[in-house]
Amino acid sequence: MEGAIKDWRNDIYKVFKELDITMVSHVPDAGHTPLINLCEKDNEIDVVTLTTEQDGVGLSCGAFAGGRKSALLMQSSGVGNCINALALPNICRIPFLTLVSMRGEWGEFVPWQVPMGLGTPKVLEAMDVKVFRADYKEEVGSTVDAAARFAFNTNRSAAVLLSQKMIGAKQFKNG
Amino acid sequence: MIERRPFVQKILKNRQSNLRVVSGLGTSTWDLMSGGDDKANFGFIGAMGQAIPFALGLAMAQPDLRILLFTGDGDTLMSLGSIATVANHPVTNLTIIVMDNESYVETGSQPTATAGKTDLEIVAKGSGIANSYTIHSEKDYDRIIKTIYEEEGPSLVVAKCQAKATPLVFPHSFDGSVSINRFMSTLKS
Repeated sequence: MEGAIKDWRNDIYKVFKELDITMVSHVPDAGHTPLINLCEKDNEIDVVTLTTEQDGVGLSCGAFAGGRKSALLMQSSGVGNCINALALPNICRIPFLTLVSMRGEWGEFVPWQVPMGLGTPKVLEAMDVKVFRADYKEEVGSTVDAAARFAFNTNRSAAVLLSQKMIGAKQFKNG
Repeated sequence: MIERRPFVQKILKNRQSNLRVVSGLGTSTWDLMSGGDDKANFGFIGAMGQAIPFALGLAMAQPDLRILLFTGDGDTLMSLGSIATVANHPVTNLTIIVMDNESYVETGSQPTATAGKTDLEIVAKGSGIANSYTIHSEKDYDRIIKTIYEEEGPSLVVAKCQAKATPLVFPHSFDGSVSINRFMSTLKS
């Protein structure tokens, strides 16, 4: 980590290490890329690239049943894919942690991102997921730490929404 | 065509202590439970499509055990992408047996895609699971046992079976937290 540029993803990685989170699954998003890179360099963390976010729910639950803690990284558009799968950690009281990079809220360029961006917190709450949110980079570490402890200490599902304001809204150029 | 329930029971009959068995929702879970109550089983009763990813996570977390998943063609078709995920994150201790009756028997036997043009063995091979094959009769029992306990996985076996409704056999509890905690009590953490 020495020499690394100070980045709020480092704070998430530190929480993973401190809480012994050793499996990280994802459908990639640019907002998560620095964290995915950190995890891939770590021999103690298995990084699983999914084809759909919902599979990360089952994967995470199976890993926990086998004694390993994990986290699912996804973009807000992936939250909708997970709805029915979230019944699994809920009914089994398996701790489930997901970190969601938000789209469709702060300076969004792509209108197609807006519906699921607006729906993300409502959908998670509808499925009994405790929703945390980080709007500023200074609060990312403590928020992820709090969400992870909530999940693993109380055997519940928790999500951290990482705001688009913090990640930065990508502006697309034609051509 | 295989008569699924006696076939599942036969596979479970002389199970070794290093085997943990997961089943996908519906008939696969009733089949698994028909082999007798065992704490080393975990049966889905919902969350369709999640059995394969769950088994993958379990296999990755417990590399010294052999993990067997019984599931149906309907459950498998809902999460076809998970087969690619299994293939590309190799776990040598995982066997998936798809009890392929080519229909959604529990809801009135509507045909699934495997009743049409879809072949799950080819899907598995094309996804990168080299050890994939199809069986049509109980005579292949020995081959399956070898796959479950000895062969390097991941493996996916398509067991073509009769589309016949069988009596429901309930698990010890319908409460998932009870089921998973019983199952986890059989594992070293």
